[in-house]
Amino acid sequence: MTNSLLNFLHMGGYGFYVWGSYGSVLAFLLAQWFLPWRRWQKYQNEQKLTHEQNS
Amino acid sequence: MWSLINNLVSPRKFYSLTNMLLPWLTVLFVLSFSYGIIGGLILVPADYLQGDGFRIIYVHAPCAFLSLFIYAVMAAAAFTAIVWRLKMAHLVIRHSAPIGAGFTFLALLTGSLWGKPMWGTWWIWDARLTSELILLFMYLGIILFQSASAHKTAAERATAILVLVGFIDIPIIHYSVYWWNTLHQGATLKLFAPSAIDHSMVYPLLSMITAFMIYYGIVLFLRLRYELTALERNHHWLRKSS
Repeated sequence: MTNSLLNFLHMGGYGFYVWGSYGSVLAFLLAQWFLPWRRWQKYQNEQKLTHEQNS
Repeated sequence: MWSLINNLVSPRKFYSLTNMLLPWLTVLFVLSFSYGIIGGLILVPADYLQGDGFRIIYVHAPCAFLSLFIYAVMAAAAFTAIVWRLKMAHLVIRHSAPIGAGFTFLALLTGSLWGKPMWGTWWIWDARLTSELILLFMYLGIILFQSASAHKTAAERATAILVLVGFIDIPIIHYSVYWWNTLHQGATLKLFAPSAIDHSMVYPLLSMITAFMIYYGIVLFLRLRYELTALERNHHWLRKSS
């Protein structure tokens, strides 16, 4: 089990290149999605607060 | 078709359409991305020549495709912005450029990580690599140009013209591997000819490309929706929708 996991991570000697590629792409995809999503949530919370204060 | 275009160009209809589409797009993205990444890393056998190193194709090719696709979308938006003066078209250009720049940078980075073990070098002034680097500079130039100009309407129009002029780089990137002797391989997927990749390897690749296109749609919708709420904050339709 451990050996097959290590073999998988080793990627036939290309581990650094393969995981480096996948890691950088995943980090970018997460950041590009998370930033506008967080900004939207923040905006909606601000709107709710303003609405509550006004009423 | 015209009804869809009408929905996309009217801020009010666009807002409602994105609210309806975003959950479905997210589900589609998760499904196609999961199949693509599991297929690319686990299900697909190692290449006979490149071994497991070839698995980089499942992130490199979609990034490279998106770098061209997003620019093509921006060029179409620029054309409609100039001809029909649509507000939405300028917003599409503004919010697509950073996403496109990110994918272009990733295409170069993952290409470099693939090139080192296969070609023995991180970088070479090859026609494909150089024209892709020019595309990255085009994206950065468009982003900087938008933020540098003081007069908004003139800046938007000038940016649209700049995007259209820069479109010349897209066919150059695509055909660079045929026009010049390059270290970069030819196209793996072909529209009108058999693909240069085994069937067992092609489906996860197509799934990843689809996932990345959906992802672009999701992020663009999220960014545009925020921009529209900021622009149209006092409009009656927005207060009613939220």
